[in-house]
Amino acid sequence: MSTVTKADPASPAGSARALSERRPLGDRGFQALALASGLLVLVILVLIAVSTSQQASSWFAAEGIKIFSSTWNPTKNQFGALPFIYGTAVTGVIALIMSVPVSVGIALLLTEIVPYRWSRPIVYVIDLLAVVPSVVWGLWGILVFAPWIQQHVYTHVSSGVTGLPVLGPLFGGPTSGASFFTAGIILAFMITPIVTSLSREVIATVPAIEREGAYALGATRWEMIRGAVWPHSQGGVIGAVLLGLGRAMGETIAVALVIGSSATITSHLLSPGYSMPSVIANEFGEATGVFRSALIGMGVLLFAFTIIINIIARAVVERSARRGRGE
Amino acid sequence: MAVSAGPDSVDLREPRSWRRTKSQLVTAAMVGAFVLVIIPLGFVLFTVISKGASIISWQFLTAAIPPNVLPASIGGMGPAVVGTLEITGFATLMAVPLGVLGAIYLNEYGGNRPLARLIGFFSDVMTGVPSIVMGLFIFTIWVLHFGYSGLAGSFALACLMLPIVIRSTYEMLRLVPDALREGSYALGASKARVTVTVVLPAAIGGIVSGALLAVARAAGETAPLLFTILTVTTVNRNLFSGPNTSLPSQIFANATQPYVGAQARGWGAALTLIAIAFILMIVARFITARFARFQR
Repeated sequence: MSTVTKADPASPAGSARALSERRPLGDRGFQALALASGLLVLVILVLIAVSTSQQASSWFAAEGIKIFSSTWNPTKNQFGALPFIYGTAVTGVIALIMSVPVSVGIALLLTEIVPYRWSRPIVYVIDLLAVVPSVVWGLWGILVFAPWIQQHVYTHVSSGVTGLPVLGPLFGGPTSGASFFTAGIILAFMITPIVTSLSREVIATVPAIEREGAYALGATRWEMIRGAVWPHSQGGVIGAVLLGLGRAMGETIAVALVIGSSATITSHLLSPGYSMPSVIANEFGEATGVFRSALIGMGVLLFAFTIIINIIARAVVERSARRGRGE
Repeated sequence: MAVSAGPDSVDLREPRSWRRTKSQLVTAAMVGAFVLVIIPLGFVLFTVISKGASIISWQFLTAAIPPNVLPASIGGMGPAVVGTLEITGFATLMAVPLGVLGAIYLNEYGGNRPLARLIGFFSDVMTGVPSIVMGLFIFTIWVLHFGYSGLAGSFALACLMLPIVIRSTYEMLRLVPDALREGSYALGASKARVTVTVVLPAAIGGIVSGALLAVARAAGETAPLLFTILTVTTVNRNLFSGPNTSLPSQIFANATQPYVGAQARGWGAALTLIAIAFILMIVARFITARFARFQR
C-alpha cells in the first residue's frame, strides 16, 4: 500500500506520459536478477562443455580417433572408450526392456483402471522407488541381490542354455553376480518411477471423448486403449522412454558397485563389464596425466550423449503435448 | 426362477468372448506390473531397515568413524552426518533462491519470448545431465584451482538441484490465477512488488515442497561429491576448506569392504540416509496438502 505511484496532478489521468514513465530502479533490478538466474542455466551448460573438454583435450590429442578403440590399458597408456560405451549401451537397453512394459502398464493402470482415490497411494509407492538413493541401491545390489541372483538364477540359466544358438552366447558361459545383467536390473528399478510418471502425464492428456467414443462403439477396455489411448500418447511415451534411457546411461554409483568393473566387450550378459560413469567413479582417484584426461573425456562423451538424448526426448514430448492440446 | 432368462427377457451381461477375456488378461497384467515393482522396493526397504535398525542410535550418528584396521568395530558416522548437513544445506541456500528467481523470470517476465522458451527447454534438459558430470565440471573449474572442500561439493549439488527447483517452482507459479496479479496492478503495485508480495506467497506451499524434494534428491547423491570433497574419515567442520565426507560417500566406501564392521556401518548410514529422504518427502507432502491453495 505504501508504494502509491507518484501521480502528477497536473497531467490528465491515463495520459501516455504517465504510462511510459520509467519503472523504478528496484523493479528493473529485480527483473535483471530474475533474468540472470534464468541465464545461469545456459551459462552452466556452456561452462560444463567448455571446461571439461579443455581438461580432456590431451586425451583427444594423444589418441585421436583411437578414443573409440576397444583397448583399455592404463598401465600401457592405451585409453580406448569402446568397452565403456558398449557397457553403458547394453545395461541401458536391458534396463529399458525390463522397465518400459512395467512402467507403461502401471501408467495405464493409474489412468484407465483404478479410481482417483486409489491412484494417489499407488503414485506415492512408485515415488518411493525414486527416493531410495543410488548408493543404497548399489549397497543392496552388491551385498544382497547379486549373491542371491547368482546362486539361484544365473548358474541354472547358464547351465541350461549353454550350446543353444542365440541364448547360449547371451546367457551361457561363466557367470558372476556382478554383471551387465545385474546392473541392468538395478537400473530398471531406478528408472521405473520417471518412465511411469512421464507416461502417465502423457496418457492423461487423451481427451475423455475419444475414450467414450471407443466404448460407445462396443470396444472392450483393451480395444479402447489400443484404438483411442495409444495413437494419442505414442509419441509422448517414446519421449518418456528416451528420458529413462538418458537417466540409465548417466547412473553412476549403483552401477559402479554391481557391474563387476571389467573393461571387456563380450556377448555374455551374465559376466562382468564396465560402463562410462562407473569407470570415472572408480578410477578417477588414482588417475593422473593422460589417464585423468581420458576419464574426464569419458565424461564429455557421456555429457554429449545424454544431452542429445534429452533434447530429442524433450522435443518429442513437447510436440506430442502440443498435438494433444490440438494446436 | 426369477433369475433365469426366459425367452422374452434380454440378458444384459456381456457374452463370454475372446475379446473380453483378452481385455481382462491385460488388466491383470497391469496389476501384475505394479506388484512386480513393489517386490524389489519392499525387499530393499526390508533389508535396509532390518540391517540398519540394530546399528542406528544417537551414538552411531555422532561417534567418530573408526579407521579400517579394526575390522569388527562399528563406530559411528558423526563426521559424515556433519558433512552431509553442511554440504547439502549450503547447496540448498544457493540453489533454491536462484532456482525460484529463474522460475520467476520464466513465468512472470519471459512468457512466450524465444529466450524464455530456450531457458525453459534447457533447464529441462539440464535435469538429465548425469550427476557425475556435475562432479567433473566442478572438479575442472573449482577443485583444480582451489582444492578439495565441502564448498566444492555444495556447488556440484547446487548445479544438480537448480533445474529441479526451476521446474517445480515454474509449475507452481503457473497455477497462480492472473486475477490476483491484475488486482494488485490495479492498486498500482510494481511488477516486482506484485511478484514478491502476491504471487510468491500464493504459491509458497508448492515451492517449498518442490524445494524439499530437490534437497532429498541431492542429499542422497554420491557421484558429484567423489571428486569435489574427497572422502575422509575425520570430521571437518569447516565447509570452505579441506577435504570432507558425507553419508553417501561413506556408504560407497564401505560397500566394497569385506569387514563386518564396515558393512554394518554402511547399512546404518543407508538407513540414516533413507530416513532423511523419507522425512523430507513426508514434510513436503504435508506442506503441499496444508498450503496448496490452487490446484490444477
